[in-house]
Amino acid sequence: MLAFLIRRITQSAVVLLVMSVLVFVGVYYIGNPIDILIAPDASPAEYARAVKEFGLDKPLWEQYFIFLKGALHGNFGNSFVYNEPALKIIFDRLPATLELAFTAMFMAVFMGIPLGMIAGIQHDNWIGRNIMRFSILGFSLPTFWVGLMLIIIFSVHLGWLPSGGRGEPVEFLGMHLSFLSWKGLSYLILPASNLALFKTSLAIRLSRAGVQENLQMDYVKFARAKGLSNTRIIGLHVMKNIMIPVITVLGMEFGNLIAFAVVTETIFAWPGMGKLVIDSIGVLDRPIIVAYLLITVTMFILINLIVDILYSILDPRVRLGDER
Amino acid sequence: MKKKLLISFVIMASLILGASIAMAKDLTIGLKGEPTSLDPHFHNVTQNNQMALWVFDKIILQDSRQKLYPGLAESWTPVSDTVWEFKLRKGVKFHDGSPFTAEDMKYTIERIPNVPNSPSSFTGAVGAITEVEIVDPYTVRIHTEKPAPLMPRNFASFTVVSKKASEGKATADFNSGVACIGTGPYKLVEWVRGDKIVYERNDDYWGVKPEWEKIIVRPISNDGTRVAALQSGDVDLINFVPPADVKHLKAAEGVALYQSPSTRLIYLHLDSDRDDSPMVTDNAGNKIKNPMKDVRVRKAISKAINREAIAARIMEGLAIPAAQMLPEGYEGTSTTLKPEKYDPKGAKALLAEAGYPEGFKLTIHGPNDRYVNDGDIAQAIAQMLTKVGIKTEVNTMPKAVYFGKASALEFSLMLLGWATDTGEHTNCVGSLLHTYDKEKGFGSANRGRYSNPVVDQKLEEALVTVDPAEHNKIVIECVEAGMNDVGIVPIHFQVSVWGTKKGLSYNGRTDGYTLPYEIKAQ
Repeated sequence: MLAFLIRRITQSAVVLLVMSVLVFVGVYYIGNPIDILIAPDASPAEYARAVKEFGLDKPLWEQYFIFLKGALHGNFGNSFVYNEPALKIIFDRLPATLELAFTAMFMAVFMGIPLGMIAGIQHDNWIGRNIMRFSILGFSLPTFWVGLMLIIIFSVHLGWLPSGGRGEPVEFLGMHLSFLSWKGLSYLILPASNLALFKTSLAIRLSRAGVQENLQMDYVKFARAKGLSNTRIIGLHVMKNIMIPVITVLGMEFGNLIAFAVVTETIFAWPGMGKLVIDSIGVLDRPIIVAYLLITVTMFILINLIVDILYSILDPRVRLGDER
Repeated sequence: MKKKLLISFVIMASLILGASIAMAKDLTIGLKGEPTSLDPHFHNVTQNNQMALWVFDKIILQDSRQKLYPGLAESWTPVSDTVWEFKLRKGVKFHDGSPFTAEDMKYTIERIPNVPNSPSSFTGAVGAITEVEIVDPYTVRIHTEKPAPLMPRNFASFTVVSKKASEGKATADFNSGVACIGTGPYKLVEWVRGDKIVYERNDDYWGVKPEWEKIIVRPISNDGTRVAALQSGDVDLINFVPPADVKHLKAAEGVALYQSPSTRLIYLHLDSDRDDSPMVTDNAGNKIKNPMKDVRVRKAISKAINREAIAARIMEGLAIPAAQMLPEGYEGTSTTLKPEKYDPKGAKALLAEAGYPEGFKLTIHGPNDRYVNDGDIAQAIAQMLTKVGIKTEVNTMPKAVYFGKASALEFSLMLLGWATDTGEHTNCVGSLLHTYDKEKGFGSANRGRYSNPVVDQKLEEALVTVDPAEHNKIVIECVEAGMNDVGIVPIHFQVSVWGTKKGLSYNGRTDGYTLPYEIKAQ
């Protein structure tokens, strides 16, 4: 296990390094942030001052090494636009995105898996079929459109829920969380549902497939013969066996949720990381883009690692790495 | 079981929400952009300048038509060719109770060029000042090396901060609120980035008493969400109502719309300098000498554009065809220049006269996420030009890519926008039409490298003419020279639209700013 972990960490470091180079070079080639940020009637002298101040007059490789040196000390540089440490700005917005992502995941797991299992069991009547139809819609409808539709229906026409923004966060263990108050929850429901839609459909389909496959298996027939109740068979044994593919996929999707909740955050004006990064890309605020992508890659690596370990725990037949 | 819980959550949340909307005398407004910082000198960009006016005042303020009126200065007069004297208002207090004096004005002027890491500063506004002389606590004399007739306009561009509250503090202290102490109508309560900015009334304000006790500003960048927020009653006012939503909002109950022409000019910059322009070829695709160096070709391009159709169809009526770089009625605008009439026959005749009876090929470049309907306007122009023989391709791109390349002169025909901060013409001419001159600081946005010695000479003369009447006369001559020679092709001025809940009104401003004292209850 230890060898496996060490190998993983080394691989991850290489991935992060390559990633940082790619992003740095990529952003450099798109254009010069000063062109976008500077006032249109600024004099050439003012332009030159700004370029010098941000170190953009140095050659690319020199800028990269300055960044690398800082990064190894945990300093990713100051945002060009906000003039505050890029890492601080991202971490300020992290709780909001995590809250949204966790809620969406919660919905996906606790609604998607049960629904999928029902669909698997009742697969030849109208309940099962309608659940599957719903899941197709969940896959195919674009998040952007669904978000706007949710706002129009629930906020404009029915007036039940707010159209955007984040509710009053309540302080809890040093974090600001909004789902701890009813009001905060009302702000969270629509964006979380919007985000959860795709994952829920995924969970439904995976669970259904898993249930259908497992119901055919010998151990189920044996359990029934032994006289176990249906609830116990399905609720315990089948459920455990369908979990592996579900966890693998949902684990990876969770990383997606955190990293790319951009569309939902923009539509619902949810003050999270996703909106920050899309705005920063628009003005080529390189420190934030690089910092954000490195954090995202790290997150994916961690999730990957956790999923692999969970996998080996759930399925005793699986060995990690080179264990023999 | 879990589903039932969820449903009951929803019902309870909505009941509680319904009850909480009942608070009045407070406003919630949804604005399209969010400031990058609350330090008024950090970044000279529209959203920051707009929010700065809530908390701070300028020495000289601009009204809704960008005419100057006394702000922290009660009067200002030139006492010599190179000295302006400002008489400051007495009895003005900062939000922390300390009095406003000449020291704060001097400190502000000295702070501006020294704000660290500023992406775009106000240094240009104070660059010509050689000395700030404090005659007494309420009289200041501004010395310049050369005559500076436009100095009042410069003092109408930046806001004044408190020496006591901001000396030794950094931009981050403004953002957190510690140093964000001004003399303005509202005080900053808190700023949660990306979520809201909360302001409360300054009861000791020297000017018109602010009407609203508390205002919450929510940045909502997505157009659809912002409109939905107004319709659902989550916000009381929004800015930048998209043209496509105007029709259905006019018919909607409970919503009122308020318009104002803006100084945002949409125009074309043509490469009128290089013989070999990168995007120009003849009909067979071979390189030719740049036709746009000939004024007849430029005039033909202007005649080929149907400005009325663009305003009516693409902008849904929310655009005013333009003849020069400021709307009518502003200082220094010509009364003889009129928007070029749509005349495709005349355009073809001019092209033939200039030696291009079969036309030629061109590519128009433009942004697709910067100005209202910019992508559509570029496509319409391309079609109109093709109709008169100039076969035009369209290439639009995000602003992050576009402006850098345009400034690097990679394009031949560019769709651009310009809004004058100073509310007068020399700002436009100086940046767009004057020959590019790095040392003197002219032509910084002259991406077509247009060069006309008459325009240059007249502009430089106007900039040192102190008598206002004479100054305006020269400016008008300068603008007429530039426009008649088609230095740029002006297309239209955007019309800004604000939406409010019924019962509120907004006094639209040509600078497009959303300011608290323009919001009135009816």
